[in-house]
Amino acid sequence: MTAVLDREAAARPGGQDLRRTSRRRSLRHRLRRHWQLYALLILPVAWFVTFSYIPMANNVIAFKDYNVVDGIWGSPWVGFEHFERFFANPVAWDLIRNTLFLSLYGFVAGFPIPVILALALNEVRLRFFKRTVQLVTYAPHFLSTVIVVSMIILIFSPRIGFMADVLGFFGMSTNLLADPDSFRHVYVWSDIWQTAGYSAIIFMAALAGIDPSLYEAARLDGANRLQKIWHIDLPGIAPTVVVVMILSVGSIMAIGFEKAFLLQNPLNLSQSEIIATYTYKIGLLSADFSLATAIGLFNSVINLILLLAVNTVSKRVTGNGLW
Amino acid sequence: MTFATATRPDFAAEPESERRKARRRPIQMRDTGFDRVFMVGVYLLLTTFLLIVLVPLINIVASSFSSPAAVSGGRVFLRPVDFTFNGYRAVLSNSAILTGFGNSLFYVVVGTLISLALTVMIAYPLSRSDLVGRRALIGGVLFTMLFSGGLIPTYMVVRSLGMLDTRWAMTIPAALGAWQVLIAMTYFRSSIPGELYEAAQLDGASDLRFLWSVVLPLSKPLLAVIALMYGIGQWNQYFSALIYLRSEDLYPLQLVLRNILILNNNSGGMDLANQLQREQLADLMKFSLIVVSTVPVMLVYPFVARHFTKGVMIGSVKG
Repeated sequence: MTAVLDREAAARPGGQDLRRTSRRRSLRHRLRRHWQLYALLILPVAWFVTFSYIPMANNVIAFKDYNVVDGIWGSPWVGFEHFERFFANPVAWDLIRNTLFLSLYGFVAGFPIPVILALALNEVRLRFFKRTVQLVTYAPHFLSTVIVVSMIILIFSPRIGFMADVLGFFGMSTNLLADPDSFRHVYVWSDIWQTAGYSAIIFMAALAGIDPSLYEAARLDGANRLQKIWHIDLPGIAPTVVVVMILSVGSIMAIGFEKAFLLQNPLNLSQSEIIATYTYKIGLLSADFSLATAIGLFNSVINLILLLAVNTVSKRVTGNGLW
Repeated sequence: MTFATATRPDFAAEPESERRKARRRPIQMRDTGFDRVFMVGVYLLLTTFLLIVLVPLINIVASSFSSPAAVSGGRVFLRPVDFTFNGYRAVLSNSAILTGFGNSLFYVVVGTLISLALTVMIAYPLSRSDLVGRRALIGGVLFTMLFSGGLIPTYMVVRSLGMLDTRWAMTIPAALGAWQVLIAMTYFRSSIPGELYEAAQLDGASDLRFLWSVVLPLSKPLLAVIALMYGIGQWNQYFSALIYLRSEDLYPLQLVLRNILILNNNSGGMDLANQLQREQLADLMKFSLIVVSTVPVMLVYPFVARHFTKGVMIGSVKG
């Protein structure tokens, strides 16, 4: 990415001049001349160090027996003991399974829908209809997790909610939230309800960038709309689709704490306990800082590896990657 | 999106009025029978999706204006039944909700100002190609998107700074987003012409002066997008409050909502003697509460929707 930006800068006459002159001057001179820029950086850089990089360093307590008296660096080293403790617990595999299942299900069910929506919206020529669909379907994205979960609980409530009647009509269990096997479906489909419209924006933007002369050519060749979508639209948005896909795969283990935690109840815990919520309970409710950090670190490392792997594969296969 | 400038080969053969109409309309492919069926499918699909999103929202609003008995009996679908304002009255007489509302407003205003200032302070220098160490700094920002310290290690930092259970915990630890920094940086690079900088240099303007008097006034759309992103994020989040706050008088609205809506820690109007009435009012109040707490976001939403779209596009241009 930076390479692209630098190329842009070099192409700008102003940027080029600046670079040529500044290269001749000494580093010290440049620092002194633009001291104000460096002064601006102090606070934000301090923020990044304090709230991003020191926490990364604090991860060493995953390999120590952390206690408050000795502090982070004084506590005794214990190697991989906390990781062993975590994996020796049968709960560990349930957590990993729940986390992976939720995000993979969410990915498989949720990924194609925004693409289909964008392609469909792109066909619509009635301005009013298009705008209405967009305005309404973007809206849930701006609702808070607490509100969405409350809506789910109210709407699916067997006593109050209208969905209980709908489910009853189809002969399904009317108390969906008390049923652990339904948790995943509720989680994933409510997510799709909330984000599908908004996620389509990026594909709409990609579709708008397709060269109109391609459509002209397709028209002359007598292509119908489906053929046009298949041969022009889809290849046109493929790079965007790949980038979005890499980002989604990269966050497969980073599935959010907020929603799973709120949707949890004692009845569905066997399916709804995921790594993020378990870390919170072990770390802040049971105050076992070292174990919670070890679990969190395991999660982040797997995530990073997944992201790097998918990016590499994608670059090889499709030529598109994040960097 | 409009390909209206392309000319149709059979133009001359058409009468004048037809021609003008055709020019205004975007060029379309000739609809065959198959295309017509296909378009019916497209409209059906989108209408279904529209209804799936819309019906739950309408149901919530309709319920919030109904009577306690109608809501508790599950008799409301898309229209209010026995129209009342009882739910809203109960919401507005609840002191925890009002305190939460006030706290959230405070966190949004102060938090967004801090976030906006910090974002500009890092994004503008990073947008200057003559900055020493620019690549390393950008790399440092990008890396935080790939790997994060995690819950407990971050909690330990906040604790050691003495921020636990203070208003600072809500506004400082999550003040900067790597994504927003990158969007701002890309915007500054691509939309502030280099000539302006040269002119300012010739006039003897300092970097700060240039940023304040030229760059920021030219970046109003960007600042609006970033402020809205931070502001809505701050209004909607409950996680920081859950882990960092203990005193209820500091709780933001979302945490109060969680207690009432999800943990059911509320008994409706206290002055109602009748147990049944109290429970019914507690049910109704949840719907009204959802509406009240969403109104601030929905008020700015139409404006936001347009600008967020731009924000996403700026982000996607970054390549």
